[in-house]
Amino acid sequence: MNEQQQTLWGFMAQQSDKLLTQTLQHIGLTFISLFIAVLIGLPLGIFITRKKQFSGTVLGIAGVLQTIPSIALLGFMIPLLGIGAKPAIVALLLYALLPIIRNTYTGITGVDSAVKEAAVAMGMNKWQVLFKAELPLAMPVILAGIRTATVINVGVATLASYIAAGGLGEFIFGGISLNNTNMILAGAIPAALLAILFDFLLSRLQHLNLKKLKTAVAALPLLLIIMSSFYFIPSAYGGKLTAGFTPEFMGRQDGNLGLQSKYGLKIHTIVISDAVMYKAAYEKQLDVISGYSTDGRLKAYGLIVLQDDKGIFPPYYAAPVVREDALNKFPELEKTLNMLSGKINDSVMTDLNYRTDYLHQSPERVAKDFLLAHTLWQPERNGKVGVVRIGSKIFGEQYILAEMYAMLIKGYTDYDVATKTGLGGTKICFDALTNNQIDFYPEYTGTGLLAILQSSKKTVDSLGGDKNKIYNYVKNVFKAKYNIKWLQPIGFNNAYALMMRQKQAKDLGVKTISNLKQYLESK
Amino acid sequence: MIKVEDLSKSFGKIKAVDHISFQVKERENLILLGTSGCGKTTTLKMLNRLIEPTSGKIFINGENILMQPPEILRRGIGYVLQNNGLFPHYTVAENIAIVPQLLRWDRKRIENRVSELLEKLHLDTTYLNAYPNELSGGQQQRVGLARALVADPPVLLMDEPFGALDNVTRSKIHAEFKALDELKRKTIIMVTHDVQEAFELGDRICLMDKGRIIQNGTPAELLFNPVNSFVKDFLKEQRLQLEFKALHLIDIWDWLPTSKKRETKLNLMSDTGLWESLEGFKFTNSEEISISHQNNEIKTVGFEQLMAAFYQYKKQQTHE
Repeated sequence: MNEQQQTLWGFMAQQSDKLLTQTLQHIGLTFISLFIAVLIGLPLGIFITRKKQFSGTVLGIAGVLQTIPSIALLGFMIPLLGIGAKPAIVALLLYALLPIIRNTYTGITGVDSAVKEAAVAMGMNKWQVLFKAELPLAMPVILAGIRTATVINVGVATLASYIAAGGLGEFIFGGISLNNTNMILAGAIPAALLAILFDFLLSRLQHLNLKKLKTAVAALPLLLIIMSSFYFIPSAYGGKLTAGFTPEFMGRQDGNLGLQSKYGLKIHTIVISDAVMYKAAYEKQLDVISGYSTDGRLKAYGLIVLQDDKGIFPPYYAAPVVREDALNKFPELEKTLNMLSGKINDSVMTDLNYRTDYLHQSPERVAKDFLLAHTLWQPERNGKVGVVRIGSKIFGEQYILAEMYAMLIKGYTDYDVATKTGLGGTKICFDALTNNQIDFYPEYTGTGLLAILQSSKKTVDSLGGDKNKIYNYVKNVFKAKYNIKWLQPIGFNNAYALMMRQKQAKDLGVKTISNLKQYLESK
Repeated sequence: MIKVEDLSKSFGKIKAVDHISFQVKERENLILLGTSGCGKTTTLKMLNRLIEPTSGKIFINGENILMQPPEILRRGIGYVLQNNGLFPHYTVAENIAIVPQLLRWDRKRIENRVSELLEKLHLDTTYLNAYPNELSGGQQQRVGLARALVADPPVLLMDEPFGALDNVTRSKIHAEFKALDELKRKTIIMVTHDVQEAFELGDRICLMDKGRIIQNGTPAELLFNPVNSFVKDFLKEQRLQLEFKALHLIDIWDWLPTSKKRETKLNLMSDTGLWESLEGFKFTNSEEISISHQNNEIKTVGFEQLMAAFYQYKKQQTHE
């Protein structure tokens, strides 16, 4: 691939269609939720100035909503509202509520009491006092709240891509997964610019004098509606089946690109985070998803893997990747890590994953049980000869492996261990490794070949999907290029796979990806 | 005109106003005087129901105001606040036009009335489109007064209207206030803690303390016939000046010497205040002034003769 040569500008020009769509979706998402938040927050803010006894409760609840991590909030929304635009808009509007309610409340209670008294004394009724005196005078403060909410929304809306609601997050998270800096920047820069632009425009509005503000505020709802209309809901059109693919899968040769080129598969596709993808498939929001063949949720949600009859998904055998200088520094390390080699096959890994992902057992417990069952566990030696830093990506399997390695190192060597688990994606993990932030982490041969080395199509074809050839290839190239060593494979193959609900696949008679294509093209 | 019966207001356990009754005659200028927390402002605000009484009755022109919708009641009562309470986002013209707007006057009528008032209050029409923060304190207070007067309400309530002004501006506005014909037609209830102001502007004064009325009477009654030592102590400072302000020429008429009519620069009616008459000597630089009483009876007197009559009057009061 010529990613290194391609400039950011080149990427953006090449992807301008997508960039425009995503930007418009992003603006739309931001403003639909903002609009609804104003519709709810403004009256609520006014209400609590009238009934002060509720102000603590209302502001308290809005404050608590604000503290929920955005990913978690989006996660809560799935069971209630499914995936797509609805949960994203609801989550965004919940974030926007606090600044709007709080500033409405502060703004109105801050209006000079002499002015309010004059308004009442001249014979205005409570609505006239509100609309002629309180709201106009509180408007700069209320606008400041709306401004804060807008900037928050532009930021949080990047996460909407996790639940298939589109927006610039598709580029950002796709880029992180694919180790493609240009793609990250193509999403991040427009998102940042949007935040700065809206902040600037609203600050201008806020500092207009009170007279001009009247007209400006009258125009505001119209503007909000126009901005909102930029958002066309991604799932508005549909085919027979809907596929949900992760941003990473969307951009990979061994992912959606391969599906299109080798199988000619055309399916209505939305982009979604793998954290919610399985559940969405289970709840029939999605029909086909891009999963991992050892994922515990496969078992939990009754999904089956479609057979890859044209062999586009290369093998993804897991093995620890270690920096050579760490191996020199910790002579015992390689031997210890290799103790796991060949111990875990696909079905064992699926079961271990099932226990963490579905039975919610802690990775630590699952790891210990496994080591005990295979008589590999030894009590800690509490050694203090240096600290081995273990990294892991942000999904269950990696956590379990990291725990196993930590226990083995503590039990068999005199090294201490620091774990840095939950590093977002391949790029983040690999950068941490090369920048000496961690000493090793479990990686997959396929990921090494395609995502990290960005190998050309010719190279990939020449390896022909053979597991040993690929392992040897990445081992040699990593050694030469990064001075990083691939240790022995653990045994299981966590390859990409297309999955469907068991029942649906049976009903439709779909067993292979080619079957799926035939079904989609049949009338 | 206004009749207050057995009016009380409690805030929790605190009795802000404690069973007070008083009456105000038409076109009378009643001052509610007292220190902070004596209940004078609470009393005033109950008259237009900014504060709802705990018990008691209020009648304006024989109608029980507690039975009327408060908004309608308030549109018929002018109200002037200490910190003017002008709408910062309205121009001067818009501020003055608030009540007519509520009463749905047509545009022409509003415009005419606003410019009429500006003229009477010595405000330049160029201020019409200015915002309150572009005006001086005195000008703002005039606009506040115009806003209260615009719909020509028969009753005007004023809550320390001149309290925020400096002394020079205040005495200037006092003079205009007394000269304004619009105000002469009004029944006015004004709250102040300033004894001088009360004596200068009030026809009658209600001296309040701890939610009760201690004495209700003309300035002269309060000065020369105080009901108790509280009233006496309250008026102790600058007593001489107060006495001058409380008395009118008619009060000391009998002690003024009769004399032949002579030409003087200053001719005063006998209902002129004594303080004003004394100032007259200074301003016109005259030796003598002429005073006309009813039936065209005229006395021409000098400064010493006026002062002598004043002391005679005082002596007689203390003997009574």
